[in-house]
Amino acid sequence: MNSEGPRKTKTVKVDYLARVEGEGAIYVRVKGDRVTDVKLRIYEPPRFFEAFLRGRHFTEAPDITARICGICPVAYQMTSVLAMEQACGVKVEGPLRDLRRLLYCGEWIESHGLHVYMLHAPDFLGYQGAVEMAKDHRELVQRGLQLKKVGNELMTLLGGREIHPINMKVGGFYRVPTRSELKPITERLKWARDAALETVRWVSTFSFPDYDQDYEFVALRHPEEYPVNEGQVVSSSGLGIDPTEYEEYFQEEHVEHSTALHSRLRGHDAYFVGPMARYSLNFDRLPPLVQEAAREAGLGPVCRNPFRSIIVRSLEILYACEESLRIIAAYERPDVPAVPVEPRAGVGMACTEAPRGLIYHRYRIDDAGIIQDAKIVPPTSQNQRTIEADLRRVVEQNHMLAEDKLTWLCEQATRNYDPCISCSTHFLKLRIERE
Amino acid sequence: MPGSLVIGVGNRYRGDDAVGIVVARRVRELAPEIPMQLEEAEPVDLMDRWEGAVRVVVVDAVVSDSAPGTVHRFEPVHTPLPAQLFRYSTHSFSVAEAVELARTLDRLPPELVLYGIEGERFTAGAELSPAVSAVVDEVARRIVAEVTGHA
Repeated sequence: MNSEGPRKTKTVKVDYLARVEGEGAIYVRVKGDRVTDVKLRIYEPPRFFEAFLRGRHFTEAPDITARICGICPVAYQMTSVLAMEQACGVKVEGPLRDLRRLLYCGEWIESHGLHVYMLHAPDFLGYQGAVEMAKDHRELVQRGLQLKKVGNELMTLLGGREIHPINMKVGGFYRVPTRSELKPITERLKWARDAALETVRWVSTFSFPDYDQDYEFVALRHPEEYPVNEGQVVSSSGLGIDPTEYEEYFQEEHVEHSTALHSRLRGHDAYFVGPMARYSLNFDRLPPLVQEAAREAGLGPVCRNPFRSIIVRSLEILYACEESLRIIAAYERPDVPAVPVEPRAGVGMACTEAPRGLIYHRYRIDDAGIIQDAKIVPPTSQNQRTIEADLRRVVEQNHMLAEDKLTWLCEQATRNYDPCISCSTHFLKLRIERE
Repeated sequence: MPGSLVIGVGNRYRGDDAVGIVVARRVRELAPEIPMQLEEAEPVDLMDRWEGAVRVVVVDAVVSDSAPGTVHRFEPVHTPLPAQLFRYSTHSFSVAEAVELARTLDRLPPELVLYGIEGERFTAGAELSPAVSAVVDEVARRIVAEVTGHA
């Protein structure tokens, strides 16, 4: 599309936003050098699943919610079982808790590995996609695929089936591995840890636009661990609440241009969940190996540039490998694969840290354990306002660029968030209108 | 059927995006001896799934300008895929990209057939649309005939 003069409307249509999960849509309107409108169009929150869960037995929640997202089923499963356990007054501790953490680490490795290598790195190296990048950087792409594969293997080992792990249940697992069953994956994880370190070093050489923003980060925080499965919900501005208070502070509202719901933090507006939020709020919880790698990569304890999220994701792959090895080394097979959970009428809530950020589930069940209603808030839903704000700034700072370059920058800015749009939408276009 | 593999790609809860899953399951019903797998997550995993297989058939939903229910068939080992065809995808990495990546990395199987069934609606919870549902059995039978015909 060509310019017809400064006062005319110019529309650029791009078929798709490549390389995000599922699809979505971005609409930007520019007047002179001001952005007059930005809309991230996202359709279909997991409302079908919320409705589908009604009338089902609480023990079915992990298998149903696992299908909300093909790339992060564990995140949904895990949050659902924790919420059900919370409703029933049960807390899973000890080796079972460690196994859950281990399974979740597998998902972080797999999801982050995919995003860093296949979806995000091509942006920084000027490639359309991983296929083009593979032609010039075959070994690098193979390393990424192998990293992802280690994550998958860990999930298969613990989950029982590679995708939509079936081994998890309310109370624990259907079956728990022996120490010797975990041994083979140790070698793979050691390789992965080295590969992750190489990944951090590699991505830290990329060229990053200067783009520090004062985000309101939101993540879990735990007294001892880097947050995965458990913690208080904290924020940059000092929030510190129990997950059971989530809905008092985080409100969802329906906005016209998106069928997904937009999240607001009370007293603020947009907020930011995901690896950068976790990192910036929990740097002190990272083991020395990861902190050192972060410093080498040029990061301080807080990272505010979303283009550098690729470094943070790579650091989290390193963390997940290190943590997995630690858990396996200390593992003692539990006597029972699960603790009994008796249903009781009430409401259960939980938050965990999905690869893409904080995720919240709430369920109401009756005395027989039948689900009365469900609420599921994915991380990408929570980031929408922040992504829109970023797009606004990116376009305002770069409106002089040629259309195709500006479009590319918008896509890249969205990809910084590794949006799992398939959790909340299907279709996808980018449109920039100039008036 | 040593060396053969049928893979259904899709999301069982997203309307016509389930068609790959449904067709693969129908193949299993018609010919349980044919190895079958379901890919409900990342098509980039296809390369690992078909490793060691000689003859692979992949089925997925597509969106192009064809009428819903149109059945497209490709043999990517011999002819590069038309990139536009598999572009609309609920996966972050479409089947077409996974195939092209495999080609670049020399990880295509010796024989690969791709069936793309034109979908109409992809809303969560919806069933297969009638036009898509109508071709499931036919495609499954074609796949069985193709695979067993080489036995």
